[in-house]
Amino acid sequence: MSAPLQQKTMNLKLKIWRQKNSSLPGKLVDYDARDVSPDMSFLEMFDVLNERLIREGEEPIAFDHDCREGICGMCSMYINGRAHGPLGGVTTCQLHMRSFKDGDTIVVEPWRAKAFPVVKDLVVDRGAFDRIMHAGGFVSVKTGGVPDANCIPISKPIADIAMDAAACIGCGACVAACKNASAMLFVSAKVSQLALLPQGQVERKDRVEKMVAQMNAEAFGGCTNTGACSAECPKLIGQEHIARLNREYIKAKVGSHTV
Amino acid sequence: MKLESKVPEGPLAEKWTHHKATMKLVNPANKRKYEIIVVGTGLAGASAASSLAELGYRVKAFCIQDSPRRAHSIAAQGGINAAKNYPNDGDSVWRLFYDTIKGGDYRAREGNVHRLAEVSSSIIDQCVAQGVPFAREYGGLLDNRSFGGAQVSRTFYARGQTGQQLLLGAYSALCRQIGLGTVKMYPRMEMLDLVVADGAARGIVTRDLTTGKIESHAAHAVLLCTGGYGNVFFLSTNAQNSNATAVWRAHKRGALFANPCFTQIHPTCIPVSGDHQSKLTLMSESLRNDGRVWVPKKVGDTRNPNEIPEDERDYYLERKYPSFGNLVPRDVASRNAKEECDAGKGVGASGKAVYLDFAEPLKRLGKNAIVEKYGNLFDMYKQITGENPYTVPMRIYPAIHYTMGGLWVDYNLMTTVPGCFALGEANFSDHGANRLGASALMQGLADGYFIIPYTIGNYLANLGMAPVNAKHPAFAEAEKNIAESEKQLLGINGKQTVTHFHRELGKILWEYCGMARNETGLKKAKTLIPQLREEFWKNVNVPGEDADLNQSLERAGRVADFLELGELMVDDALQRTESCGCHFREESQTPEHEALRDDDHFAHAAAWEYAGAGKPEIRNTEELNFEFVKLSQRSYK
Repeated sequence: MSAPLQQKTMNLKLKIWRQKNSSLPGKLVDYDARDVSPDMSFLEMFDVLNERLIREGEEPIAFDHDCREGICGMCSMYINGRAHGPLGGVTTCQLHMRSFKDGDTIVVEPWRAKAFPVVKDLVVDRGAFDRIMHAGGFVSVKTGGVPDANCIPISKPIADIAMDAAACIGCGACVAACKNASAMLFVSAKVSQLALLPQGQVERKDRVEKMVAQMNAEAFGGCTNTGACSAECPKLIGQEHIARLNREYIKAKVGSHTV
Repeated sequence: MKLESKVPEGPLAEKWTHHKATMKLVNPANKRKYEIIVVGTGLAGASAASSLAELGYRVKAFCIQDSPRRAHSIAAQGGINAAKNYPNDGDSVWRLFYDTIKGGDYRAREGNVHRLAEVSSSIIDQCVAQGVPFAREYGGLLDNRSFGGAQVSRTFYARGQTGQQLLLGAYSALCRQIGLGTVKMYPRMEMLDLVVADGAARGIVTRDLTTGKIESHAAHAVLLCTGGYGNVFFLSTNAQNSNATAVWRAHKRGALFANPCFTQIHPTCIPVSGDHQSKLTLMSESLRNDGRVWVPKKVGDTRNPNEIPEDERDYYLERKYPSFGNLVPRDVASRNAKEECDAGKGVGASGKAVYLDFAEPLKRLGKNAIVEKYGNLFDMYKQITGENPYTVPMRIYPAIHYTMGGLWVDYNLMTTVPGCFALGEANFSDHGANRLGASALMQGLADGYFIIPYTIGNYLANLGMAPVNAKHPAFAEAEKNIAESEKQLLGINGKQTVTHFHRELGKILWEYCGMARNETGLKKAKTLIPQLREEFWKNVNVPGEDADLNQSLERAGRVADFLELGELMVDDALQRTESCGCHFREESQTPEHEALRDDDHFAHAAAWEYAGAGKPEIRNTEELNFEFVKLSQRSYK
């Protein structure tokens, strides 16, 4: 099956970060992408390029990807100086080549953050996010012995805001976009979700203290409220969650038993 | 091989209760003496790993992604079924059980399916307690919607991201246990072999995907929660890295593979746009709550859909199935879309699509209500196709989505290898020949939260408490085989990429073992697949090194397994000469072109036994005894 005839293909110049592993230095390498269909996704353009590299005896470019529908959070390309590329509210896998034009030069880098060391080429290690979650990103309930679901009524507006926060896919675009590589938006999304819901109340203070402590123990920078994180978040998680995180943290610290 | 389902005797509604009361227990102090390996961290794996660790077992969990939060369960959109009967519309455990058995076209075990329906309500309670933000009504209580194959509203949802929210709930429970040190998590690690020694599973061998290091891990029990094998078709709604390697290698170590030809084709996916296509994107079945499926009545009508008047449109599902309308089960909806397109009524540039139209609900409910219910799905459609579904009907076409087949398990979820269990989509147990929408999430979490924590105790209590280690020569032998196989793949230096072979395999399977199958086509596939496999081992080019992050090598191993599994699917489809659910043999249909079962000969699960390299697999059967439901021709009219 071929693309409709009226669509023209494009030729593009790519500058892509290549790095053998975490200990060796990397550099931008030039590639040509020829006959790119505007209906291709950005990652499909990479697939075609990689197929060609393999046929030409070169090693393909390593990059993280999985669901290719914008929900797993695995893909992570810094495209022309923007996390997930030029569009707002989408991940790299949802970016299509119709957002570029013939003759464009596209620079592709991995997430740039000390807390996310490069593993190879465009693949980075986001284990720091998991470790923040291990520290407190949960409600401590065991399987079984919980009340009937409708015993916990939650007002729809509150449930909706909690859902907005819970939509975070943990991709790390917020960190990559921030000049300080701060993880505040990521942490605020989980703190916010659970602070809003009745299920999160028992551990409310403890949770924010532990998650922030772990965030500080990782190599993330501080938040200076520039808002770059929300601007680049593919799930449009807003600054109000950072405000809520700050409020939660101050309240927890004022009454903390772990000072 | 004689297959014992181990479904307990007694009345249907008391089987599970009775079984729980009579299984052996492991006392709390002894639980920490047992090591359990969980492979895969989707809904089944994450819920099992966290629940078992909470009980006191020592758990090691493995996933191929960089974080357990990224397992493909995350992509499930529409919802999760439960027999809560909150809407007061007549639902019950019996009805959920009956709909699931019927929806599966009577090819699942009654005992398993009833247990699934029984525990469904507890799943919702558990998820809410974790803080999963399900959709709510203004009074603060949970909202429900309808899904295919049911006439009640029993589906709980979190916008169009239910799988994500349920997985993040299970992931949060897993994180808690990792933080407590009761689960050791191994991300970016792939299981490449199951180690079986002295008649039982003893552990696994893995490859560290970052360094290439091959390692052995011993355990008292191994749980395979690695999802389905839909990616065998190359184009599917599965994530790119979803694969069958763990289950296939367990199969080659003695775990029987049941009903491999039962592969679900989802009716509402975004159509293929070109040769570069790497995956197909699903549009949730929930859209069929309001969206209306139609094609032009006239063959070859290329007018803009909004210019085609009402009386020149054929809302064929509403016309043919008045009681279920657009909410017929997936297999029926898919086959009908294919039929319309084959008759030349397909729409779009390829002619391989039908319309899913929201004009009427937009008028009736208003745009805000539609945004609220389906906003993210509409955005996703617009992003991929460049068209606005608020003004132009969506174009949809069926695509491979889920696999009902999988490792054969008994009522305790144990495979034919003692100590090796399979949970979630990786097993074959609950959906028969067709899975109903919103039932995959239910089954994954049922297996992990509420079934394995009971049944594994019974196995371990009988096993004894001797510590385990990886010193058995079977571990070293498995490690050696893997290293040799990697060297072989890297040394072929052929002319074609791994993706080429994968795409070719997908074309063969879609053409001859897809939405409709017949003897001639299946026999053709049976000659084509071995040829392709032979060419793969002669002419594949896998660049790079083994001791490195090497995505080509990862894929090569997975595609090599798909090339074997694909042939087994064809064998299974060839032998099952009846039609049932998703498996439509053109030779076996009713005058109205519906699937015609042959209960006299095929009311069984076919469980295939590996007989050694190059030898045909042995087909074993497990008879399905229906004591409580009457088998009938499935009708949604």
